Amino acid sequence: MTIIQWILLGSAMFSVGLYGVLTRRNAVLVLASVEIMLSAVNINLVAFDTYLADPAFTGQIFALFVIALAAAEVGIGIAIVLMIFRNRHSADVDELDLMRY
Amino acid sequence: MPAVVAELSRVAVFLQENVEQIDAGDGGWLAAYAWLIPVVPMIVAFLILFFGKYSPWKGWGMATAALGFVAVYGTALAVANLRDGIIAEFSVNIGDVGTFAIEWGWVVDGLSILMFFLVGVVGFLVFVYANGYMKGDARYTWFFASFTLFAGGMLVLVSAPNFIQLIVGWELVGVSSYLLIGHYWEDMDNIDAANKAFMTNKVADAALFIGAVIMSLSAGTFQFSEIFTRMIDGQTVLAQFGFWAGLAIFIGAMGKSAQFPFHVWLPDAMAGPTPVSALMHAATMVTAGVYLIARLFPFYQLPEFSGSMRTIIVVVGAVTLLFMGLLAIVQDDIKRVLAYSTVSQLGYMVAALGVGAYTAGLFHLFTHAFFKALLFLAAGSIIHAVHSNNMSDMGGLRKYMPVTFWTFLIGTAALVGIFPFAGFWSKDEIIASAYFNASNNPEFAAWFMVVLSIVGAFITAFYMARVVSLTFFGTYLGDAKPHESPAIMTVPLVALAAAATTAGLLNIPGLTEVFTEWVTTRAFPIVEHHFTEPEYFLIAIVTPVVLLSLFIGWRLFGPSSELHYTSTSGEAADVSAPERSVAVERDTFRIPVLYPLLENKYYIDDLYMNGIVRPTMGPIADATLWVDMNVVDAVPNLTAGVAKHAAAAVGVIDDNAVDGVYNVAGATTGAIGGFLRQFFPGRVQQYVALSFAGVVIFAALFVIF
Repeated sequence: MTIIQWILLGSAMFSVGLYGVLTRRNAVLVLASVEIMLSAVNINLVAFDTYLADPAFTGQIFALFVIALAAAEVGIGIAIVLMIFRNRHSADVDELDLMRY
Repeated sequence: MPAVVAELSRVAVFLQENVEQIDAGDGGWLAAYAWLIPVVPMIVAFLILFFGKYSPWKGWGMATAALGFVAVYGTALAVANLRDGIIAEFSVNIGDVGTFAIEWGWVVDGLSILMFFLVGVVGFLVFVYANGYMKGDARYTWFFASFTLFAGGMLVLVSAPNFIQLIVGWELVGVSSYLLIGHYWEDMDNIDAANKAFMTNKVADAALFIGAVIMSLSAGTFQFSEIFTRMIDGQTVLAQFGFWAGLAIFIGAMGKSAQFPFHVWLPDAMAGPTPVSALMHAATMVTAGVYLIARLFPFYQLPEFSGSMRTIIVVVGAVTLLFMGLLAIVQDDIKRVLAYSTVSQLGYMVAALGVGAYTAGLFHLFTHAFFKALLFLAAGSIIHAVHSNNMSDMGGLRKYMPVTFWTFLIGTAALVGIFPFAGFWSKDEIIASAYFNASNNPEFAAWFMVVLSIVGAFITAFYMARVVSLTFFGTYLGDAKPHESPAIMTVPLVALAAAATTAGLLNIPGLTEVFTEWVTTRAFPIVEHHFTEPEYFLIAIVTPVVLLSLFIGWRLFGPSSELHYTSTSGEAADVSAPERSVAVERDTFRIPVLYPLLENKYYIDDLYMNGIVRPTMGPIADATLWVDMNVVDAVPNLTAGVAKHAAAAVGVIDDNAVDGVYNVAGATTGAIGGFLRQFFPGRVQQYVALSFAGVVIFAALFVIF
């Protein structure tokens, strides 16, 4: 296996995630798509770490940080979405334009 | 100043020769720790004030314990004084004013030990009694706080070795007297009585300050012992000002000891609770004036310094003892009778000091403290039972209140001077001293004193016969159901009755000289005539006079004088009070000629009211108010007006200029925000798409270049 396959996988997953973020109306699915994008980035990090044979494993360690960050992000994100849904009975991101005021 | 020394009299020469020869110890640690005596009640007073409500017995326990401590310490000092003699003086410097040292200290000698002992023992018994008397009072704890403050103030006063501390104690007892007279302040009369006492004392206190300043400045020190030393050594200019200093200080003493014409406050002071009347207005506080003259006796006994002051003292004392005694005859309020009696007995003490009988005056102070406190407490027991101060609501209480009756009778016997009760010995000594003085110094005032003291004994017996007759004999006229007081009130009565019976035995001329030794143990010798045997012929005059007076009083006011006649209303007899079916009239004797004068208290109270108080409260107060409203207030009003207008101007600038900057800044930001908002629809996915497009563009640029 060469690096190119991992990069193709990462790119594919990132594209899928980006597509989801841009097209989904439901905020929960938007968040799920963001998770896919983060996973794609993790694959890239681990792949390049292995490819470059970094003795300090910087890429792998960084991937761990990204996983922790992703967990935190999804926790806060889901909580916000839940509160919005409770208040407005909808999680449609198109309707969430109050922040501009 | 040799000229003064040359003029010193025989007495002063005697003093110079004997000043070092008094046989006494320094009291050791007992005297060195005597500072505890004033300090403990002082601290306890404040403890009661702050914590009394939360303590067991609500402050009574602490107060009584403090007084018990003073009583035990005072007794220990008295015993040590009688065994070895104690003359000690301690002073702590707390600052200097020019060449004058301001000191705080304590004197332990016969005179101050006498007062420690009296305040402690009589105070302890009165405090025990007060537990019963004040039960259920709304300000129970407050009462004991101010009462203990009084005890502390009195002990500060009597332990003072200098004028400064004496005046501090003097004012402390003044203010606690004010607080306690006005204890029942719900009633306006009681407030007036408290104000009257305070103001009357204040007038006299002003004279005391002046006298203290004159004496201290001419002697160069505030300390009593130092003043006396410099007097005898001829180092002072006091001889030039002595009469005026002595007069001013004596006026101060007249105020506290309620001497004519400052007597007006004491009868009104009976508005306070009865334990207060017993301890302050009979046994201790009012004797502060007598104490002061006794403390300064080395000064007053030397005519080189005090001039003719002693004659003035004798005349004031004699006038007081006679005229105030007469007033006691017409009072209906039992406490006011005892109050006038107290004033009259204080007149005896003052007059005794005036004739040079130091021991006799203090001996009467000593015995009087016991028997007058007893009479007051017994009167309080009666008031407690019948809920009235007036003798027209009493009568026949003998069978309801046996303990009170017998103790009151003992107090009466002691007061009028029946052998062998206390007052017999002390009053007899005063009369004997007056007689001795008159026979050696045949001036009018001296004989005046002898005659008045015997007439005074007659009057004393007369009004006491009236009180006993109207209170304990005849028909009961009150509404409440009388009953004997609880043990906590009767036990102090019995203890005081025992003291009133035996206290006189301490100083029988020629037989026991305990008391003479006690009070003459002082750093400066007291020059007075020493009686080696009782003056039998004076006893032979006074005792029949007293007995005759008692008999007349009994005939005029006793049960046989009551007029009974059947009620004319024709109604059926009141079953709840069977005695009421017949109307009873008594106390009908009116002294011819004098009666209107006595009834109106010689018009002296009216004179003060219309001559001094009303003019002060009327025009002077109005004028002061006008000045206050129009002149004094004008300054703050003007200042306030200027400030108000300045503030208005500043307000305009603030609203328009300062606020304008912020308002404009805020409005501008808002307008820009509104303008920019048009370009941002608030759709998250659009933002994400744009930012991704940006990333793609930058990535492309990166790849290309």
